[in-house]
Amino acid sequence: MKFLRQFAARIVGQSIRIFARAITAVRADWQGIEPVPKQRVYFANHTSNGDMPMIWSCLPPSIRRTVRPVAAADYWLKNKLRAFVGPEVFNCVLVDRRPEVKDKPMDKIVAALDEGASLIIFPEGNRNMTDDLLLPFKAGLYNMGLARPDVELVPTWVANLNTIMPKGEVIPLPLICTVTFGSPIHVQDGESKDDFLARASDALAALAPEDRA
Amino acid sequence: MTETTSDILLLAFGSFGILIALTFVGEVLRAREDPGFVNPVLDTYMTRVQSWWGMVAFVGIALLMGKIGVMVLFAFTSFAALREFLTLTTKAQADHMSLALAFFVVLPLQYFFIGMGWGGLYTVFIPVYAFLLLPIVSALRGNADKYLIRVAETQWGLMIAVFCVSHVPALMTIDIAGYADRSVLLIAFLVMVVQFGDLLEYFFGRRIGKTRIAPGLSPKTWEGVTCGVVCAMLIGGLLAWITPFGIWGAMAMAGTASLVGLLGSLVFAAIKRDRGVKDWSHLIPGQGGFVDQLDSVIFAAPIFYHFTKYFYG
Repeated sequence: MKFLRQFAARIVGQSIRIFARAITAVRADWQGIEPVPKQRVYFANHTSNGDMPMIWSCLPPSIRRTVRPVAAADYWLKNKLRAFVGPEVFNCVLVDRRPEVKDKPMDKIVAALDEGASLIIFPEGNRNMTDDLLLPFKAGLYNMGLARPDVELVPTWVANLNTIMPKGEVIPLPLICTVTFGSPIHVQDGESKDDFLARASDALAALAPEDRA
Repeated sequence: MTETTSDILLLAFGSFGILIALTFVGEVLRAREDPGFVNPVLDTYMTRVQSWWGMVAFVGIALLMGKIGVMVLFAFTSFAALREFLTLTTKAQADHMSLALAFFVVLPLQYFFIGMGWGGLYTVFIPVYAFLLLPIVSALRGNADKYLIRVAETQWGLMIAVFCVSHVPALMTIDIAGYADRSVLLIAFLVMVVQFGDLLEYFFGRRIGKTRIAPGLSPKTWEGVTCGVVCAMLIGGLLAWITPFGIWGAMAMAGTASLVGLLGSLVFAAIKRDRGVKDWSHLIPGQGGFVDQLDSVIFAAPIFYHFTKYFYG
């Protein structure tokens, strides 16, 4: 049974990848790093529910196997299908966003890092529905960088997804999506939380394509 | 084996012969270089030749499969080209429905009409019906910001990527006396003369080009274009046996198609320059996107279609 579920998870994963490639021709643009299996935290902008599958799909297989997206438990445990796709296909680290629960998200994240996994996180915390490029970052990225200073924090810009699948629309548009990976950053000695988060946010915003309008 | 099939095979093997020669030249040049030294020009050349192998194989197989194969190949090409085009155009969420209609309704319908051979419909469907109806769908959402730019750019995308591209398979629907099922060969003729014209324009432009046609837009020169068009005419004359045009007619048609195509690629260069991109996408290694590869064929197709229809249909 366990074997069957794993097999199904692989099939579903491949289907998602092929679908993403066929529709959006998603492409990885490795600007600041090489696509090598190194422990990293990819932190990305968040405008659509498709962001995470898109980043996941464009990673080469050897990296995809070790990467774990950090995702909200309330979203991925809502029904049986999601509870299968989130934890088993994407191998998500599920964190509980409610403040009253005991297990702290950061403990789970650090545990995953200690197991050798790379992570995908969305430091804005929520989907960005505003006209601003990015929402203010939550502290999580800083805490990760502080707790495990060897891990590279890689800014990752997902372009075009908010046009491909804006909130409230049902049919995705087949436009070309590009995922750009920038140069990794680290928390520097004595750097304050706010300074670091501002620097991380700037590093990510710098990867956004210039507005042509 | 019918005569048409054997002609397609002959053209395919001829093209393979040229590609084998090009690959051989590249490999010899590579072997003569120091190992470890990477020559970017040679690398680009080799990836391009590899993409050409793929293209010849795809077009050859499609032509051998006949009508269905050609329709599927060009419908897919339209899809890829429209995706590249609309990725770069101005749009708002208010256009979501009209863009979805463009991809999933207008594009398939255009190819359906061509498959049915309804010439009266597929020549007006996009320039009239899509042109009028899609802006209505966008207007219903009530967002006037950059409205004219949004709908105009979407319509341009449809004209280029769907209307123009679909006129390549539409060549099969033209009834030419005594030509019967050989009309699929017109596609091979159009694609070959235009693409060879392009290649030779590039080659001669590099060698003897001096006077730029549109400085600041494209490196194309009058000398290069003239040589390209003359070469296309010669190739057209050599390929006259697959057409109903006769030798002089084939040369004239090839020259027209090549000239329109070469000037058309200036239009695409202007659009790319305007949007600040070098290539339309990354999907064809060494060439950029589908639109980069096919820009001149896209421009030449409707003209070639109508000339064929008026003079020979």
